[in-house]
Amino acid sequence: MPRLMAASSHRVSFTLNGRVVSGEAEPRMLLSDFIRHVLGATGTHVGCEHGVCGACTVQIDGAPARSCLALAVQVEGADIRTVEGLAPAADRLSPLQNAFRDNYGLQCGFCTPGILMSLDALLDERPNVSEAEIREFLSGHLCRCTGYASIVKSALAAARQRREDRVYA
Amino acid sequence: MVAESETTAEPNGWVGRSIPRVEDAALLEGRGRFIDDLGVRPDLLHAAILRSPHPHAEIESIDCSAARAADGVFAVVTGADVKALTASLVVGVKAPIECWPIAIERARYVGEPVAVVVASDRYRAEDALELIEVTYRPLPAVVDPLVATGAGAPILHPAVKSNVIGERTFRYGDPDSAFASTPHRIRVDVHYPRNSCTPIETYGVIAEYDPGDNSYDVLANFQGPFSLHPVMARALKVPGNRFRLRTPPDSGGSFGVKQAIFSYVVLISVAARIAGRPVKWIEDRLEHLAASVSATNRVTTLEAAVDTDGRIRALAFDQLEDCGAYLRAPEPATLYRMHGNMTGAYDIRHVKIRNRIVLTNKTPTGLNRGFGGPQAYYPLERLMQRIAIELNLDPLDVIRRNLVPANAMPYRTASGATLDSGDFPASLAAAIDAGKLGELIARRETARAAGKLYGVGFASVVEPSVSNMGYITAALTPEERRRAGPKNGAQATATISLDPLGAVSVQVASTPQGQGHRTVLAQVVADALGLRPQDIRVIADVDTAKDGWSIASGNYSSRFAPAVAGATQIAAMNLRERLARVAATQLNVAPADIVFAGGRVAARANLDNALPFARLAASAHWAPGTIDSDLGQTIRETVFWTPPELTAPNEADEINSSLCHGFIFDFCGVEVDRLSGAVRVDRYVTMHDCGRVLHPAMVAGQITGGFAQALGAALFEEYAYAPDGAFLSGTFADYLVPTSMEVPEPVILQRESPSPLTPLGTKGVGEGNCMSTPVCIANAIADAMSLTSLDLPATPTKLAALIHGRQNEPRVKS
Repeated sequence: MPRLMAASSHRVSFTLNGRVVSGEAEPRMLLSDFIRHVLGATGTHVGCEHGVCGACTVQIDGAPARSCLALAVQVEGADIRTVEGLAPAADRLSPLQNAFRDNYGLQCGFCTPGILMSLDALLDERPNVSEAEIREFLSGHLCRCTGYASIVKSALAAARQRREDRVYA
Repeated sequence: MVAESETTAEPNGWVGRSIPRVEDAALLEGRGRFIDDLGVRPDLLHAAILRSPHPHAEIESIDCSAARAADGVFAVVTGADVKALTASLVVGVKAPIECWPIAIERARYVGEPVAVVVASDRYRAEDALELIEVTYRPLPAVVDPLVATGAGAPILHPAVKSNVIGERTFRYGDPDSAFASTPHRIRVDVHYPRNSCTPIETYGVIAEYDPGDNSYDVLANFQGPFSLHPVMARALKVPGNRFRLRTPPDSGGSFGVKQAIFSYVVLISVAARIAGRPVKWIEDRLEHLAASVSATNRVTTLEAAVDTDGRIRALAFDQLEDCGAYLRAPEPATLYRMHGNMTGAYDIRHVKIRNRIVLTNKTPTGLNRGFGGPQAYYPLERLMQRIAIELNLDPLDVIRRNLVPANAMPYRTASGATLDSGDFPASLAAAIDAGKLGELIARRETARAAGKLYGVGFASVVEPSVSNMGYITAALTPEERRRAGPKNGAQATATISLDPLGAVSVQVASTPQGQGHRTVLAQVVADALGLRPQDIRVIADVDTAKDGWSIASGNYSSRFAPAVAGATQIAAMNLRERLARVAATQLNVAPADIVFAGGRVAARANLDNALPFARLAASAHWAPGTIDSDLGQTIRETVFWTPPELTAPNEADEINSSLCHGFIFDFCGVEVDRLSGAVRVDRYVTMHDCGRVLHPAMVAGQITGGFAQALGAALFEEYAYAPDGAFLSGTFADYLVPTSMEVPEPVILQRESPSPLTPLGTKGVGEGNCMSTPVCIANAIADAMSLTSLDLPATPTKLAALIHGRQNEPRVKS
């Protein structure tokens, strides 16, 4: 790893939603700020900047992570996915996104991108996930609009849909 | 008002169906347009705010020289700069106090802005904050509202000579005679805590100043009420037309909280003026928790005169409202929002109220979901339980004996509100039946037999919606009101436009923060014009320079469904009527025989005699000569609607504080863990009558979301202060918001009693559970633990101390 100088900017490159991207970042720049303001991918939102609310969750090499608790320079060479990478096409939602729309799993939509990134990873890892597991996993996210019930329903519906899609794939 | 037969003209209409939300695709794909996601000018600068670490201190000096010299810094703004360019924000009581968006010579709460740095980026702005040298002389602080009223308490605003900056007493009926002639006096004492619904998106402001015409142009995720527009313009010392305020298309929750951004709009506007460039400020979470806004905390003594059968003859409220360090507009509105319905769902004719407003060294207060409801209903519904216990009655019988009977509707309360519709006793009975109260009581008995602490609680409330802009003047005496002139009403507005291709656009000033306004209005207009929701495009964000708006605009007091959707319905029906007259000429039938359906406009008797809607709609653009000149244009229809029932307070201080009143009856079962004191909500049933339902899934979403916030308020959340004024809830690890692990799904039951006062028969539904749920859970905890009094939040620490305290008492051998 190259030596980083606090007072200067460094070029950071990684894969974002399948495309190689790069930009200049001071060593102190948060990954969330880098993704949003340097790369212009504003779908990832910032809600607390101290790792509690989960709104800024992205996937780093397949694992959900708080982008407000990571520095841009830490993810050099990593594979990062954000909410912009979920839909198979601009006019077509993924099963998880569809489930959120069908079950009213969002209201203001500000916390939603982080929740989608966590659930996407969860459903990949545990296709037969239970409601209790979903609730436990979701407890790393704060949503103030929905009261969570519709989010849990969305996640369960998405898990069902993904299982069916696999059967018929 | 539109007749009911017209509103339901489409037998299989879109209204009343849970269609997918038009808002969702963009939000799910990361294409939302929240304030920090929008494009900005290339010369934009960024602000960071230095805040007081002291609850109360004289600011002896501020040395900004090092900060001004720092790399990337363009300006440093202090209280003196702000005072030179602005006027104090208007204060809502007659007292010699000022209210500035930044500390002027003295800081009065932890987190109060002291200086603003404007720099090339946020990181550099925050770096420079550390270079500002402020010399404080700490003063004694007061955080307890009762202590603040006492002699010898530190005085926040020396010009007033007291921390009590407003006091009024009210008397309705003959409460003294009722108290004298009734056998029982039952009383509760409540300290309601401070809390907030903490939207996950924080405040954001982007401001610029044009010195050429002395005007400000601001984008902020403000939620209204737009009565604060004139407050901001006056503070900035410009006419209203030189203060352009816009809101972004998306806003990440508000729940009332983004009302209080207005003081930061003034502050950042001044910073932009001084910096000579546009300035952006995005609040961070620590700033938000410490210093954005809070609901009021309130100390209430409520006493009832009660007959032996539990019938309440009179109520006496003594309310001490803590508004924090400054009285910020629209306060003291929290204290008066419920004034017309202080007797809740009950028929009580004799009421006296003493209201005092006190200032303490805490963050100033403002709107927060439920606004005044939790503070008022907590004592009232705790009292209902105490009456049952003290008179050895069934708590449900006490509620039943006092509910406003169905045949009394519309019912005028003692303090002047009109309860517009509903059958409260029938709703209560339906809830008990469908919600299976009997099973819950059996569960309690089983749990108790197993040695568990299990309780059942009840709450019944009326949920007010569509605030009367005049209710706040109840804070003034009738004489003061006469001098100030009447204030009343609540203008809602909607504009429907037809473009040259015949497509329909709707613009409203409702600034939603996730409530799906665009979807619902598309349903309403689609029904009126015989179209599909996807044919209607709705814009709900506001630009005060171009859009129709008034002081009541915005998203608060649950006014969307009754007032904004109602105004939209009127606009759509007006436009439809004029289009029908144009079509009648072309189809050679009478206007009354025109129907709008399936995207066509047809003669009722011969549906083949028809025009495509789009062709008819476009005709005013392409062939205005074909339209009868006395019809004017059929391009755009703007409606302003204010309900005539929202009159100003009268000489007797009676005030119809809200237009509509829904009914809620809740009951729940909770178990308190004997070891830890943790509360588990086992089952929660909530019955709502919010009038006609426009979109059932969204109504359920409002109820479930409000319930979760209320559960947080009941069990976890408090903006807590140490006695010395230190703020103790500065992170989301300290201010505990409930997660998916703590929030059960409530059982939602509904009845529909359409409001006779709104165009669609709708009432508000957004805030009810924030009013009913905290006290319902508290009543269940009190039942579980046999508590006489209980203040929120009912944290494990608080309850465990009560449990173990009793366990430590010496045991009596039997």
